[in-house]
Amino acid sequence: MILDSHIPSGPLAQKWDKHKFDLKLVNPANKRKFDIIVVGSGLAGASAAASLAELGYKVKCFCFQDSPRRAHSIAAQGGINAAKNYQNDGDSVYRLFYDTIKGGDFRSREANVYRLAQISVNIIDQCVAQGVPFAREYGGLLANRSFGGAQVSRTFYARGQTGQQLLLGAYQALCRQIALGAVQMFPRTEMLDLIVIDGHAKGIVTRNLVNGEISSHAADAVVLATGGYGNVFFLSTNAKGCNVTATWRAYKKGAFFANPCYTQIHPTCIPVSGEHQSKLTLMSESLRNDGRVWVPKRKEDCSKPPASIPEQERDYFLERKYPSFGNLAARDVSSRAAKEVCDEGRGVGPGGLGVYLDFADAIKRLGEANVQERYSNLFDMYEKITGENAYKVPMRIFPAVHYTMGGSWVDYNLMSTLPGLFILGEANFSDHGANRLGASALMQGLADGYFVIPYTIGNYFATAAKPKPSTSNPEFKKAEEDVRAFTNKLLSIKGKRTVTSFHRELGKLMWEKCGMARNEAGLKQALKRIPELREEFWKNTNVTGENGEFNQNLEYAGRVADFIEFAELLCLDALERRESCGGHFREEFQYEDGEAKRDDDNFAYVAAWEYQGAGKAPAMHKEPLVYEEIKMTKRSYK
Amino acid sequence: MERGGKRSATPLLCPRESGVALRFAAALHNLPRLSSFEFRVSFRMNLTLKVWRQKNGSTAGRFETYEANDVLPDMSFLEMLDVVNEGLIARGEEPIAFDSDCREGICGMCSLVINGIPHGGHRGTAACQLHMRRFTDGQTITIEPWRAKAFPILKDLVTNRSAFDRIIQAGGFVSVNTGGTPDGNAVPVPKTDADLSMDAAACIGCGACVAVCKNASAMLFVAAKVSHLNLLPQGKAEKDRRVLAMVRQMDAEGFGNCTVTGSCEAVCPKEISLSFIAKMNRDYGIAILKGQRPRKAGNEG
Repeated sequence: MILDSHIPSGPLAQKWDKHKFDLKLVNPANKRKFDIIVVGSGLAGASAAASLAELGYKVKCFCFQDSPRRAHSIAAQGGINAAKNYQNDGDSVYRLFYDTIKGGDFRSREANVYRLAQISVNIIDQCVAQGVPFAREYGGLLANRSFGGAQVSRTFYARGQTGQQLLLGAYQALCRQIALGAVQMFPRTEMLDLIVIDGHAKGIVTRNLVNGEISSHAADAVVLATGGYGNVFFLSTNAKGCNVTATWRAYKKGAFFANPCYTQIHPTCIPVSGEHQSKLTLMSESLRNDGRVWVPKRKEDCSKPPASIPEQERDYFLERKYPSFGNLAARDVSSRAAKEVCDEGRGVGPGGLGVYLDFADAIKRLGEANVQERYSNLFDMYEKITGENAYKVPMRIFPAVHYTMGGSWVDYNLMSTLPGLFILGEANFSDHGANRLGASALMQGLADGYFVIPYTIGNYFATAAKPKPSTSNPEFKKAEEDVRAFTNKLLSIKGKRTVTSFHRELGKLMWEKCGMARNEAGLKQALKRIPELREEFWKNTNVTGENGEFNQNLEYAGRVADFIEFAELLCLDALERRESCGGHFREEFQYEDGEAKRDDDNFAYVAAWEYQGAGKAPAMHKEPLVYEEIKMTKRSYK
Repeated sequence: MERGGKRSATPLLCPRESGVALRFAAALHNLPRLSSFEFRVSFRMNLTLKVWRQKNGSTAGRFETYEANDVLPDMSFLEMLDVVNEGLIARGEEPIAFDSDCREGICGMCSLVINGIPHGGHRGTAACQLHMRRFTDGQTITIEPWRAKAFPILKDLVTNRSAFDRIIQAGGFVSVNTGGTPDGNAVPVPKTDADLSMDAAACIGCGACVAVCKNASAMLFVAAKVSHLNLLPQGKAEKDRRVLAMVRQMDAEGFGNCTVTGSCEAVCPKEISLSFIAKMNRDYGIAILKGQRPRKAGNEG
């Protein structure tokens, strides 16, 4: 199969405009004849559901949370990028495009990224009009700040809660359409299967999480905006409910999964405090501007109070290894350096998985009041979680998984390999390549939902769409039976281990063998262990309760069952990609200074995996990355 | 146990740390904080939990007692419940159902009344960010769901808060479609207005304000959304009908009236100020005086 990305011809800067003109339209009066299912209500899902309903389509929107306002986009802190050049500092669409594609280590599509940069400016206008309370200057105009990987100030923000405010904007737009009857909302409802009829996505099967009811929903097109798969690592900064189920089950119905090995690790998270740990909390990277990272030189000192370790017994390892960048070394480089010292047994804190981020020098230099002014909200959060006062003792930090660049393969229209199935936001693979820059996730989610899907879905209806089936179609009945059989099977195992214990074991394995740094031997070990774990899961897990009731343990078991399958694909993709790029670091492929060694001759492609059936190895299809406008260069922040 | 408009008095909180919290702080909190790592990882607590169990919305509930042993001070409250649930599942018993998602205090999903106080009574802290070092060895902890007529119980500690969604649907938005909006800098917004609007917009919609109120009033939640939008020039056009429609929906959902006890502000994990209620009342009064009829804003697009 040849993967056609449907990238329009013509000069890069004109592709999207040309494409918008070439896309077929649906007459306004005919739009109400089309039903669209949107799964997920985060930035991408809520913005898509609202925008499509405004156009006149009939929309059904589903989320597993109790309200669409709770989707995990809400937790994004930093901000959203846009090429407004309000600061007169030399920003432009082209510069945002270039920064994003360079940040992605030249593993994303030029045309997609350029479109993203173009649309970024409309997003800000849209959000302001919705009443998003962005930070303002005294003159009343929008404030900006700078962010990693960029030399201009183009990040718009609403305190440390930008994701929350943007999501509430989209949620409000969605609520307005719900009130108008244009969107039917299904909270506490989980998609468990995708319906494909004559090769087109035509509906979903869901489980009502309150009463266990399994239902079918038919539509003319299905949109998945179901987020990333970071929770395959068990511990991540994702919300507890984040899962891969929707895109994974679509994969098993024929939607290819692209670049699953591109996972991003964030260096400054609060470390694990014990086996009970359920999730990790991110702290802004800005802390590294004034904190110094160190661990004791000797293992024996690791359990001593940090203040009792004299200066000459401390190893400021980032300053030692990277004298020019020091504590501000790139995310992946600092993360791996922290892992190395912990692997040597020099980690600090419970479990030895942490390094100090020390503000003593900054406090001496600037005074406590100044440090407080810059970081008090972060110090407060740190104290809430750890009980430690970081003005008095050094913070402890450790890297954690927080974003996944891989996802369902989509073409320029955001349509998957299944006609009629569109994938938006973090759930698709399209715009961030091998690594995402800060403040770009919110931008992409909203670009997809507000300004791409409303155009491209119409073209599908006007050209390729097949009629909407009835839910009495045998495909629906069969899928419902499959879902029932799946849940009944989970409930019938009644084994000795809890679902959490399997998830935790899987996560630990993934973190060790396929986390910050990967190598062939480790990946092969993981690929051997995962099927064993899966087999044990299906023999020995214990799911309590019944299907016909509110059963969180059953919901969770289904998600973990999918993670144990998906993990294998992730490791396989990581094994096959014999280069280091962005968030994918293969120890075999690095320069002497520890920088990633990319191999453009052999790996400048998107790896899109096709499901071949249970127990069979998936097939990899390659979409070559053709750069017309820019040259692939070594990504360096030195 | 469901209570609606008129609810008997529950203990009021003082606006800073609750009495309970102060006791914990005095008794134990300083100990692990000043201690070394060795102490932190080896210190364990044994607790007794009295947890509200209820199979579903149509059956009666009751308190069940569980022992939570070897609890580490570094665990979050929800992680402590996770461990209890692991034990229950291992024994073949139904785990305790409770809502949570982000576990970093922003999604608003977690909703536990801990020792009579929504989110446990630590200023600016949601239950998911409450840690066990705030409790003492040997303590008995009571855990209940939000209790209000408008938030029916679904199971154990899980309630249905869709009433909040319906209030937003009634008018908690600016009626603009996607596209065609003016440049973001076309309308300057005074920084003080934007900041005040952001103070209100920080609401996470958890419902603690309702759960603590003796009247089960949703005034702080509604006032936060009304103020967030009414304070901005973008929200001005629909200022009057927004406040009328949202208040009307709030009443229809069965929330009680505000008697300005301030308990909502005291438990709010985002410390939303009570003064927004005064602002909403003012907006409401002006809208009535202007002769606006309360009607559903959404119906007119």
